Amino acid sequence: MLSRTADNLYWLTRYVERADCLARILDVSQRLSYTPVTYGGSTNEWASAVLTAGCEEEFVARYGPLEEAKEEDVVSFLAFETENSSSIRNCFEVARTNARSVRTALTSEMWDVINSAWIELQNFPNRALTRDELARFLAFVKETSLRFDGATFRTMLRNDAYWFARSGAQLERADNTARILDVKYHVLLPEKERVGGPLDYFQWASILRSVSALTAFHWVYRDSVKPWLVADLLILNRQMPRSLAACYEQLARNLDDIAGVYGRQGPSQRLARSMQARLTNRTIEDIFQTGLHEFISEFISDNNKLGAEITEQYLT
Amino acid sequence: MPHAFDEMSSTDGSVRPAYETLQRWLSSVPQDVLDHRRKEAEFIFRRIGITFAVYGEQNAQERLIPFDIVPRILTKDEWGRLSRGLEQRVKALNLYIRDIYTKREILKAGVVPENLVYQNPAFRPEMNGQRVPHDIYVHIAGIDIVRTDPDTFYVLEDNARTPSGVSYMLENREIMLRLFPELFSMHKVAPVDKYGDDLLATLRSLSPRGGHEPNVAILTPGIYNSAYYEHSFLADKLGVDLVEGRDLFVKDAVVYMRTTEGPKRVDVIYRRLDDDFLDPLVFRRDSVLGVPGLMSAYQAGNVTLTNAVGTGVADDKAVYSYMPDIIRFYLGEEPLLPNVPTWRCREPDHLKYVLDHLPELVVKEVHGSGGYGMLVGPASDKAQIEKFRAKLVADPANFIAQPTLALSTCPTMVEKGVAPRHVDLRPFILSGSDKVRIVPGGLTRVAMKEGSLVVNSSQGGGTKDTWVLDA
Repeated sequence: MLSRTADNLYWLTRYVERADCLARILDVSQRLSYTPVTYGGSTNEWASAVLTAGCEEEFVARYGPLEEAKEEDVVSFLAFETENSSSIRNCFEVARTNARSVRTALTSEMWDVINSAWIELQNFPNRALTRDELARFLAFVKETSLRFDGATFRTMLRNDAYWFARSGAQLERADNTARILDVKYHVLLPEKERVGGPLDYFQWASILRSVSALTAFHWVYRDSVKPWLVADLLILNRQMPRSLAACYEQLARNLDDIAGVYGRQGPSQRLARSMQARLTNRTIEDIFQTGLHEFISEFISDNNKLGAEITEQYLT
Repeated sequence: MPHAFDEMSSTDGSVRPAYETLQRWLSSVPQDVLDHRRKEAEFIFRRIGITFAVYGEQNAQERLIPFDIVPRILTKDEWGRLSRGLEQRVKALNLYIRDIYTKREILKAGVVPENLVYQNPAFRPEMNGQRVPHDIYVHIAGIDIVRTDPDTFYVLEDNARTPSGVSYMLENREIMLRLFPELFSMHKVAPVDKYGDDLLATLRSLSPRGGHEPNVAILTPGIYNSAYYEHSFLADKLGVDLVEGRDLFVKDAVVYMRTTEGPKRVDVIYRRLDDDFLDPLVFRRDSVLGVPGLMSAYQAGNVTLTNAVGTGVADDKAVYSYMPDIIRFYLGEEPLLPNVPTWRCREPDHLKYVLDHLPELVVKEVHGSGGYGMLVGPASDKAQIEKFRAKLVADPANFIAQPTLALSTCPTMVEKGVAPRHVDLRPFILSGSDKVRIVPGGLTRVAMKEGSLVVNSSQGGGTKDTWVLDA
């Protein structure tokens, strides 16, 4: 297939995934911001949202110090502002532009989801939303990504186009999961709190919520929410579709499928496999011992490297 | 202006046979049901993304072409006459272009004046002596037809470069089938959905490489082009790659596309890009839409471009006026479809007549298209006419004039119900190395404004599904 088509598909799914992640971050931040401080609510939830979204620099340049981040500014910045290249609005804009460029590679169902979402987006006002409106907006974003994934899964031919599309989504998803874990655990927990204190519960539960895994957690561990179990679920547990291990299992397989039909393995396949191995032959205790933050930082950097390898090998 | 011929109702109030069933149906369906279906159609168009862009308009990046839910009906006989005339016309166009770029017998015979060719901006000296595969230049033609009475169809315009609109012909039918299945059960409508297969067969027949599965691609200027939807639509229907210039490159006079598996050779390019932008090494240097070296591959005979380069020399409005002579010259036949009588303002006696009769005439720019820069005399006030007169006197060779034809009307859904509106018709003619293919029907464009004769989508015109009855 055309390299440009593969590139567009890959980024299309990345942007849809990113929009979904942003919506979850905003959702959880809002929920935590209602929670009284003594129950783990904190005054810097909104700063945390900006950090997790990975757009600290742009935000600070526009609104000033992160510690003073205000809810309405963060919501507007992450959800709507065209100046923020990764706002939900921009994600949808870029996704649709990409989709238009590769209409022929999409099924009509996939196009329909993207185009309808883009049309719907015009109906949300360009001003600060009320809480109700915001809730409706976030639900709409999450629903769009669900529908898009569903359309992709149900209607696309299983060929290289499908595998490139899925690879983009998995890579983005792994990045998002890693970021959420990192920011929550290492940047925001107040230092004086000891790990496992009452404050933790709400923060850790909020991590699970932001990846829609609170219920899953209880099913898997049949235990109360504990930091190392949450980390285990999100990093190593292959049953959990957003875990790093699950993302890489899929990614490595998708890339192998591509290599299979093209009859040639390359750097991206090798890197994906080595990362997958790193997530398989590991216990969470290992990871905590060497340092969770270090582990995740390295993961994020390698994940980016894989993105670059895929681009180099196929998309240019 | 004379009274216009209506394709459904005769002047005595009776309904013409082809429309009888439709008329009965229209009068039995309540207005609000029709309104509802019309809104539904609009919703579907918007949702599928069947939009176009109007250049020079802000805020309206993507617009819908109004779709009229009342179909236009042609009988099998009417279509038979039309299609024979169309085939003849396209055959002559192809012979004419070949002659212009090779022996120029028609110029030597004095049938067409030389300066009409050599001073034509669409004339491509690069094509001199250049043979193209199977001697076909215009593989995809769109011939605009208007009607003035039950028996008279005129050719209004030949489009021999990159005619657009075929996606509307196909999508209009799809939407009609979805919204009005009962209407189709009452009529025997010839299907149009074979167009995709026909186009693919035509393109494949033109491959310069024998013994290989031809690799066909559609070349688009990109998503900001006004007809981008159509380009992607066609690529989808044909199952071929939709490429932009940057997806292609030329090495040793062979064209390749960049794929995830490395370079892949391209045999046939259905380009929806004007000559000017095709190759910055030969034509416009500032073109970023084209492919450097494409012409070298073309001239080496390693790739087929459809339509061929330089076909514009046959489709401007000044050449149009010679078409009946061109047909006689190459085919030794009388034209089956007449031209609209045309005054060439480049000729002094014609110019004098035109200047004396401006309020009755339609005056058009020779190279204009899309309904821009024209004067419709009867619909213009004194000031507009005088302004146009000045333009015309300043550069007469740039204009032709025609009588204001009473274009036929068809019943059309408007605000106040169903009313007659002027229409034209653009059938699409495919010429492959094996044969000529024409899908029965075409794109009917309709002027949505009462009395208006301008059907172009850029001027607010709409479209209709066009039915050729099979019996």
